[in-house]
Amino acid sequence: MRYMLLIYRDESQWDASPLSERKAAFEAAVAYSEDLRSRGLYEGGEPLELSNTATTVRMRDGKATVTDGPFAETKETLGGYSIIDAKDLDEVLAIVRHHPLVKAGLSIEVRPIRMGPPK
Amino acid sequence: MATMRVEEVFGAERGRILATLIRLLGDFDVAEEALQEALTAALEQWPVAGTPGNPAAWLISTARHKAIDRLRRRARLAQMQDEIARHIELIAEEEAPVPEDRLRLIFTCCHPALSQEAQVALTLRTLGGLSTEEIARAFLVPAPTMAQRLVRAKAKIRLARIPYEVPPDDALAERLEAVMLVVYLVFNEGYAATFGAGRVRYELCDQAIRLGRMLVELLPTQAEAKGLLALMLLHDSRRGARLDASGDIVLLEDQDRSLWDKAQIDEGVALVETLLREGGSASGSYALQAAIAALHAQASSAGATDWKQIAALYGLLANIHPSPVVELNRAVAVAMAGDVEAGLRLVEELDQGAQLEGYHLLSVARAELLRRLGRHTESRAWYEQALALVTNEAERRHLEKRLRDLP
Repeated sequence: MRYMLLIYRDESQWDASPLSERKAAFEAAVAYSEDLRSRGLYEGGEPLELSNTATTVRMRDGKATVTDGPFAETKETLGGYSIIDAKDLDEVLAIVRHHPLVKAGLSIEVRPIRMGPPK
Repeated sequence: MATMRVEEVFGAERGRILATLIRLLGDFDVAEEALQEALTAALEQWPVAGTPGNPAAWLISTARHKAIDRLRRRARLAQMQDEIARHIELIAEEEAPVPEDRLRLIFTCCHPALSQEAQVALTLRTLGGLSTEEIARAFLVPAPTMAQRLVRAKAKIRLARIPYEVPPDDALAERLEAVMLVVYLVFNEGYAATFGAGRVRYELCDQAIRLGRMLVELLPTQAEAKGLLALMLLHDSRRGARLDASGDIVLLEDQDRSLWDKAQIDEGVALVETLLREGGSASGSYALQAAIAALHAQASSAGATDWKQIAALYGLLANIHPSPVVELNRAVAVAMAGDVEAGLRLVEELDQGAQLEGYHLLSVARAELLRRLGRHTESRAWYEQALALVTNEAERRHLEKRLRDLP
């Protein structure tokens, strides 16, 4: 069963923290993911640039319109993702509880990945 | 006659049977539908062929075959061959209800990934066997809202794959705490009935006590489960004395103690004694609350209550779970132990903390203590304050009476 970890952060806080701290959090997350990968639990993931780099496309008056900014303006924004392959929700939650990014103050949302078309 | 038999077996065993079916079939909805079909079959067959030797096993076995038939039909359409194979394999397994199944079920229903409202509703629906309508009535929400809450919770269990198992040892204590909280919420909802006309919903209390017994039986080494059961038994023992003939609240000190359920008190007190012997001052919060309830239950009158000890127990409780409500209770116990002035001072300090702002029982306590000290004008003002905050009808009538009775 595959799950996506959606990693959320308060960007103003994240951006204001020293570069050395952000680097350390990144390195800890990479090491954690590599360990998960070696145990067959991790399928991949990436960090994202800040939401002020986001561009959103939506239909307006029958036209696909491009606008600056993220889909929704929120205090905490998506800052990265990982794909986990685990037995069940408890196994994922155990992984997420110990995630270095959670320890660094970020929030992680766990969502099951749907297999196939909508049912 | 035979019809009654089916319902008797079904009523008593529903939770156990359903718990086992959910494990065997791996899906809440499939298990519930199959159980319904098995019940229909039992109503047809038992009157003719006689009640089977092991009715619960018969219902499980029948429900399971009904579910497999249904999956086969569906699988032919959707070509879900592997699902058929999985369920056919399962046929060979043990079909008798195993106690562990009910434990798995309650841990799944009370999983922290579900909202607490959903945890309560699912627990009552699956283990308590209450209908969706009954649960909706008990929690004063429209039946369609409750039905939707249950559907969503079951869908989340299925789609997010919340496991159907007893948590491993390292997670057990934390997860058990969530389970106990749900059981205690059910009990309190029945016992206190926050809103509405104030008719105490004892069905919920009975359900909670049944679940509490189940936890004690299946997790015999968990002291706090015993504490929770003792606490509920002791509170519930006063059921017959809490309201008068017209449905008005009777204060603990004014209750006719001969109406208290002696057997339930004995059972609760015995549990508390074991807990305190084993846990001492390291006892958990349910055990401490139960110890307080036991002191009330054992006193022949309000005056003969060991209030000093009660105040000390509230002190221990405040150490584990610092809470203004616990502090309020400690203040009242100090006053009841003889030092009304000291009790009032503690209540006044709490009121300055503003944490209990809007909490009517704080105003009630202040009014009561001022009344005891003969400061009637101030007492009146606090009763009026409490009346402005209270939501329960029976409590409102009680406060109005107290106010009228002031000299």
